[in-house]
Amino acid sequence: MSVKPDSSVASYPEDDGLQSFVKRRHRQGLTWRIVFQAATIVAILALLALLYNIIIGSFGYVALQNKIEPESLHVDGMPLEELSKEQLVIILSEHISKGLMRRLEHDQPFTERTRQDVYNLVIERVVEQRVVKSWSLTVSFFKRDEIETFMAGLPQGKLEFRSWLHWNFLITPQSSTPELAGIRTAIFGTLWVIFITVAVAFPLGVGAAIYLEEYAAHVGNPWLRRLNAIIQTNINNLAGVPSIIYGMLGLVIFVRVMEPLTSGAFLGAVEDATTANGRTILSAGLTLAILILPLIIINAQEAIRAVPNSLRQAGMGLGATKWQTIWHHVLPNAIPGILTGNILAMSRAIGETAPLVVIGASTFITVDPNGPFSKFTTLPIQIYQWTARPQDEFRNIAAAAIIVLLVLLLTLNASAVLLRNRYGKKSL
Amino acid sequence: MNYTNGKYVFDIQNLNCYYGSFRAVKDTDLSIESKKITAFIGPSGCGKSTVLRTFNRMNDLIPSARVTGEVLFHGQNLYDPDVDPVEVRRRIGMVFQKPNPFPKSIYENVAWGARINGFKGNMDELVEQSLRQAALWDEVKDKLDQSGLGLSGGQQQRLCIARTIAPRPEVILMDEPCSALDPIATLKIEDLMRQLVKNYTIIIVTHNMQQAARVSDYTAYFLMDRDDRAGLLIEYGVTNEIFTKPKDQRTEDYITGRFG
Amino acid sequence: MTVSASTRTIAKTAAAAKSDLHKRLRLGESFIEAFLFFCGAVSILTTLGIVFVLGKESLLFFTSGEVTLWEFISGTEWQPAIGRFGIWALLNSTLMVTAIAMLVALPLGLAVAIYLSEYASLRARSILKPVLEVLAGVPTVVYGYFALTFMTPFLRSIFGDEIVQIYNTAAAGIVIGILVLPLVSSMSEDALHAVPYALREAAYGLGATKLETAIKVVLPAATYGVAAAFIVAISRAIGETMIVAIAAGAGPSFTFNPFESAETMTGHIVRISGGDLSYDSIDYNSIFAIGLMLFVMTLTLNIISRHVVKHFREEYE
Repeated sequence: MSVKPDSSVASYPEDDGLQSFVKRRHRQGLTWRIVFQAATIVAILALLALLYNIIIGSFGYVALQNKIEPESLHVDGMPLEELSKEQLVIILSEHISKGLMRRLEHDQPFTERTRQDVYNLVIERVVEQRVVKSWSLTVSFFKRDEIETFMAGLPQGKLEFRSWLHWNFLITPQSSTPELAGIRTAIFGTLWVIFITVAVAFPLGVGAAIYLEEYAAHVGNPWLRRLNAIIQTNINNLAGVPSIIYGMLGLVIFVRVMEPLTSGAFLGAVEDATTANGRTILSAGLTLAILILPLIIINAQEAIRAVPNSLRQAGMGLGATKWQTIWHHVLPNAIPGILTGNILAMSRAIGETAPLVVIGASTFITVDPNGPFSKFTTLPIQIYQWTARPQDEFRNIAAAAIIVLLVLLLTLNASAVLLRNRYGKKSL
Repeated sequence: MNYTNGKYVFDIQNLNCYYGSFRAVKDTDLSIESKKITAFIGPSGCGKSTVLRTFNRMNDLIPSARVTGEVLFHGQNLYDPDVDPVEVRRRIGMVFQKPNPFPKSIYENVAWGARINGFKGNMDELVEQSLRQAALWDEVKDKLDQSGLGLSGGQQQRLCIARTIAPRPEVILMDEPCSALDPIATLKIEDLMRQLVKNYTIIIVTHNMQQAARVSDYTAYFLMDRDDRAGLLIEYGVTNEIFTKPKDQRTEDYITGRFG
Repeated sequence: MTVSASTRTIAKTAAAAKSDLHKRLRLGESFIEAFLFFCGAVSILTTLGIVFVLGKESLLFFTSGEVTLWEFISGTEWQPAIGRFGIWALLNSTLMVTAIAMLVALPLGLAVAIYLSEYASLRARSILKPVLEVLAGVPTVVYGYFALTFMTPFLRSIFGDEIVQIYNTAAAGIVIGILVLPLVSSMSEDALHAVPYALREAAYGLGATKLETAIKVVLPAATYGVAAAFIVAISRAIGETMIVAIAAGAGPSFTFNPFESAETMTGHIVRISGGDLSYDSIDYNSIFAIGLMLFVMTLTLNIISRHVVKHFREEYE
């Protein structure tokens, strides 16, 4: 082997040159390390800003003003709070239009309403206590002078610290006045929709996953093999389709083509056949089911794949049929993983907004949905509509509704993690 | 054993290596002679690789690893707080168990290390020289722009050797460099080592006693202590003597294949 | 599938002795398999449904006589009232929002990925990864709220109220960037993580610093995986709806100013379908033409990304 004389040694930095060269490289390393760390901190700050922004929107001072002072409504010197239901009904009828009175009667006869309900109506319709302006939590704390200047120009006004998130907010239906609006109908709507989504997507998704993991590989027919491969690719592709496209699919297929089914007309379940349409809880649930199906399948496939092959062989070796093996050995071991994936898919569905807007969530619903053929609204839809309003007070209740939504999702995700930790260990 | 200074590159004194609370190597003293091949042999888990990796501070990369004692390189302790592992590794190169070329071209594989170390000379010349020294030039000179991953296992390992010598280190550490290779490729690497030792100090860890006997000038035999499972230097000396008349009964047992 | 085989089996079973080893017809088993196959086939039906629905309505749109395909793909004005259906009015803002989102998400996401994969201690990882997962799990409508009530006022406080409109593509784009950041970082980190440790050892062994190892060895080795993450992120940003519906503005406008309001493709679909829409009108059909375009764009990106990932896996497996 011929080796040329080594001339390259001199080409490397030596001594002092080396010292400063290495130092420069280390400085560079440190700089970039700081950059990488800073990027991570920015990501965390973004999350904190998100949460901060929601919280400051949910609490803060409000300026209140009454249209009619409650004192002027006293009957025989008795304050409003102590009047009987009948007296309150009279006050109500004296101050609001006949038409509105009839509508209220139609919604629920006054004889059936509680005193508290009528009292609320008086406050809402007669006293008409309105929020004139609201301030965020930060303004409430740090810019008191701004608030005070405003209140000085509002002699009749009352300043009050308000949490927009309160018990009544959860249990009252929607209203066109932000301070009286609640998310009761939205919560029920979300629960109904998700119930249908899961009821459809879970069996279909797990079934598809079982087929793809346990059966597809053993199919002999080349055409079927090809089809199975297409199904698998297709599922992966569907997982990346924007959710709004699913909304359009749902609009055409569930809302329009399957209208007789999804509107409930085929069951005679609708009170008024002329206004019935396919924009129902059922359509929404089915649309979201199709949307999360790929997620459920992919997660369930992973869970099934993680079951050791020895279990299958043991089952088959004892003379069990394929399905017996799957049912008795594979599924029990895969179920924690399947459920975890299912819960995660469910929380994705709960947060979905765009497809439901497209299929036509109702904008204004004050009555609880009573079944799959009801019109619906959901929490994210409510948040979207309130956020889109220009008034500050709607932003406040949007923020309060976001807190409810996030708490719901966090609870779900935490339970998924718990499930994974608890049963994950057991199966090992 | 008596060593005079100057002739020796490394001088390890009272070395102890820990992984977390586990002591992997205990109370080791050892000197490595310049421009010679020193082989570390012993059964697996005896700490020979751990000792090798103290020579260029590769142990630093394992978060739980800790070293006490001194590893003197020309009299300077490599584990002094002001010693920069980056500089250490440029002077003390390493070849790993499995060939691990970068997923780059053959040329880039060799040039990369030189470039990050600030090489200012003629890069083509350096790449050719390094590949020639690694006895790979004739096989790859027509495909320098092809991926290093396309070479055979033995060629990949010689590429890794070329890559290691490109920054002109003083010492080459080899951690079982032939364990993933077939006998013919192994032979080529062994021949290469005999060539390289004219210019470099080589320390090799091997499972293969025949290899140690074939290529090395000195041999150190390590063994795991039965009591605390820590690696221990049992015997160190001229290879011929270790293999023909070992002083320690345990060395003899290992060499004659009675255990390990 | 096995009907003829099954009938034969029945005949044989009837004639044969009690304990033979012939194939037996298991109706239950076959039924279950057929049902499970149906479950898998639903996904095919979904795709066919999407293609059919978007295709059919788009066809109606283009055969309505009010717009030609050329006008659609070349026009920059979208005003259904006067029969102008130029997709660029919407596509331009979609691309602009996506570009802004990528300016935020790609560098940040990649930096986070490098930090998590190469620098962070186990402890830091165990805290940061769940934080990013939370960020990824927040519904997009919440991000929309964030864009409108935080990002827009923030931008206005920097650039001035007269420059930044209340609805603008910049705020929407930045927030979409934050939305897809966890996606970019987690996919990129997986790719970086998959690079064999031996390569890092080789680099360190040559005297590389941590940065040189990460940037010049690990990152190039993970190129395909990182590229796939980027492509998926782009696809995700293009299809993102609620943030733009809330924060980017209502009303198509062909503008390159990120501080002006401009409706995107998805934003337009939501606004039109959210209103009182009469079926079989040209407006109704037009959103399906937009939807088809959206579908083709995102599908193409997703397919490319999966091919790129496959390339990446083949390199190391």
